Amino acid sequence: MDQFVLNWIFIGASFVLYIGIAVWARAGSTSEFYAAGRGVHPVVNGMATGADWMSAASFISMAGLIAFTGYDNSTFLMGWTGGYVLLALMLAPYLRKFGKFTVSEFIGDRFYSPTARLVAVICLIVASITYVIGQMTGVGVAFGRFLEVDNTTGLLIGAAVVFAYAVFGGMKGVTYTQVAQYVVLITAYTIPAIFISMQLTGNPIPALGLFGDHVASGEPLLAKLDAVVAELGFNEYTTHHADTLNMVLFTLSLMIGTAGLPHVIMRFFTVPTVASARWSAGWALVFIALLYLTAPAVGAMARLNISELMWPGGTDGEPVSTEMMEADEKYAWMATWQKTGLLGWEDKNGDGKIAYFNDKDADKVAEMEAAGWGAENELTNFNRDILVLANPEIANLPSWVIALVAAGGLAAALSTAAGLLLAISSAVSHDLLKGQLTPNMSEANELLSARLAMAGAIAVATYLGLNPPGFAAQTVALAFGLAAASIFPALMMGIFSKRINNKGAVAGMLVGLVVTLVYIFLHKGWFFIPGTNSFTDADPLLLTIKSTSFGAVGAMLNFATAYVVSNATEEPPAEIVELVESVRVPRGAGAAAADH
Amino acid sequence: MSDKPENNAYWATNIKIVTWCLVIWALVSFGFGILLRPLLSGIAVGGSDLGFWFAQQGSILVFLGIIFFYAWRMNKLDAEHGVDEQ
Repeated sequence: MDQFVLNWIFIGASFVLYIGIAVWARAGSTSEFYAAGRGVHPVVNGMATGADWMSAASFISMAGLIAFTGYDNSTFLMGWTGGYVLLALMLAPYLRKFGKFTVSEFIGDRFYSPTARLVAVICLIVASITYVIGQMTGVGVAFGRFLEVDNTTGLLIGAAVVFAYAVFGGMKGVTYTQVAQYVVLITAYTIPAIFISMQLTGNPIPALGLFGDHVASGEPLLAKLDAVVAELGFNEYTTHHADTLNMVLFTLSLMIGTAGLPHVIMRFFTVPTVASARWSAGWALVFIALLYLTAPAVGAMARLNISELMWPGGTDGEPVSTEMMEADEKYAWMATWQKTGLLGWEDKNGDGKIAYFNDKDADKVAEMEAAGWGAENELTNFNRDILVLANPEIANLPSWVIALVAAGGLAAALSTAAGLLLAISSAVSHDLLKGQLTPNMSEANELLSARLAMAGAIAVATYLGLNPPGFAAQTVALAFGLAAASIFPALMMGIFSKRINNKGAVAGMLVGLVVTLVYIFLHKGWFFIPGTNSFTDADPLLLTIKSTSFGAVGAMLNFATAYVVSNATEEPPAEIVELVESVRVPRGAGAAAADH
Repeated sequence: MSDKPENNAYWATNIKIVTWCLVIWALVSFGFGILLRPLLSGIAVGGSDLGFWFAQQGSILVFLGIIFFYAWRMNKLDAEHGVDEQ
């Protein structure tokens, strides 16, 4: 069967499944719309959190970023899993005990201030919108390739599907849809990885294959990879090259940001008890770890496969010839991806060969010139975001695997986008409208405005997704920085300190958000408009701190500001101290109240 | 409630458990994975070293251990101090 038709069948079938579940589990009441009536088992909740959490950034983008950088990008792996420890130990059980629906409700009540709630809503919306832009980048890449349509059309189709089930389903629909999406996503990620691990190392478990032996050479896989990339003038895969300060801050930003993102925290409002909130975080990380332990293997093995495809006779042989690329089936994926504009090559010196090497390395350039392959790298463009999607084709796997990966990549991007839209819509309708502007709004009107907010958010995100500030995972990392700098410190201090007051929390959140946002805009362009930036991440404003790593600094500023301001002003009232004490003990956690 | 000594003891124990868990959390990721990697470079693991393994896989496995330990320990602590959900 034709690959194109097969892609459509797999993607179409998975969509029918998701939309069917969304319709079946349609939300009737406000409580069901936001928190699924709290009837969700920790394992189910963990699986849904996994799908919600693992977005285009994890599925489509991350392994590609690891593949081309190696050890230095381990930061993504540690950062995006380590945050669950913070979530499980410092937030989830207490927020569940508090027993309301949204993150900003907690901040508003704990800091006894509508202003604090409003500031929290703004922080949530800024971080969530930035996050959705990253998802839309991934959706565009996936649809562009698999439906063979252009980026814009792909984005519009994806937006329509997310809208359909997020708007009509609410949290309950989204929860069960996301369980289905998790299954599709993890199958699609691991099956090609298993095939490739078998081919290269003979080990069916990719996570073990990564540290196993390369069958063809008999050497350890990582030693072989280090040697091959070094031969081509690139940094050795497993060694440390990046700036250490930036690595630490970046990892910390991703960790803190994970524990500050509204759509993940909201998940812990949907479990029945405080005890199960603790287990839920663990189950979520189990399901996430299945992908995260596989991702570094996918990256390393793809890098080796690509290097060997470009140098079929080994790195001391000849580069691949343009004739071979046209004639040999193994190279067919390159021509298909070339059409998307995300992969490119050019025979610059006209020798009929495409030489792939690091042309920033002077010794390697001299060596390549002496060998007659020219002074320039001729694999001119390899977008990191295509690696996972192209991976089954690179390894020459059966066409049903390719179609499965297409469905998986879309499941990842769409599930997260839906969860984020739900968080944005509840921030607008529940916190902003009902909480502040029109407190007497009826339940029906609240539900309607939640759906309208979702439609508005998806329109903005789709528009911004057409012109993203980086690869999917990098844009998403910016969103984490914003959440880290604004939301997490306020939540944590709200639980672990009785001294932080309304003024301290508001000042802390504002300083964290504004300073981080300005730092990002200075490096990525104001409102992400290209060309309006004064600095670049290669030569950043402060020390070696890139804009993607600044969230950790923003969080520290938030903590410091809140501490200083709170201590300079009056203590919180007695009933707030009591609220903090009641949040700290599980006894008495009931069902949440929709009103307050 | 602040007058109830058992709640204060409960919270103090919780803070101690959280602190130790976070020490391990930081040690395996920022420590073994990044800053202390040079100290572990002599220990070979499948073509690379122990620090590389911690950065790519080991830290994730330890994170899982920490969260499940904490859930188990806290649910036990709740019962010991009589503050569990009934």
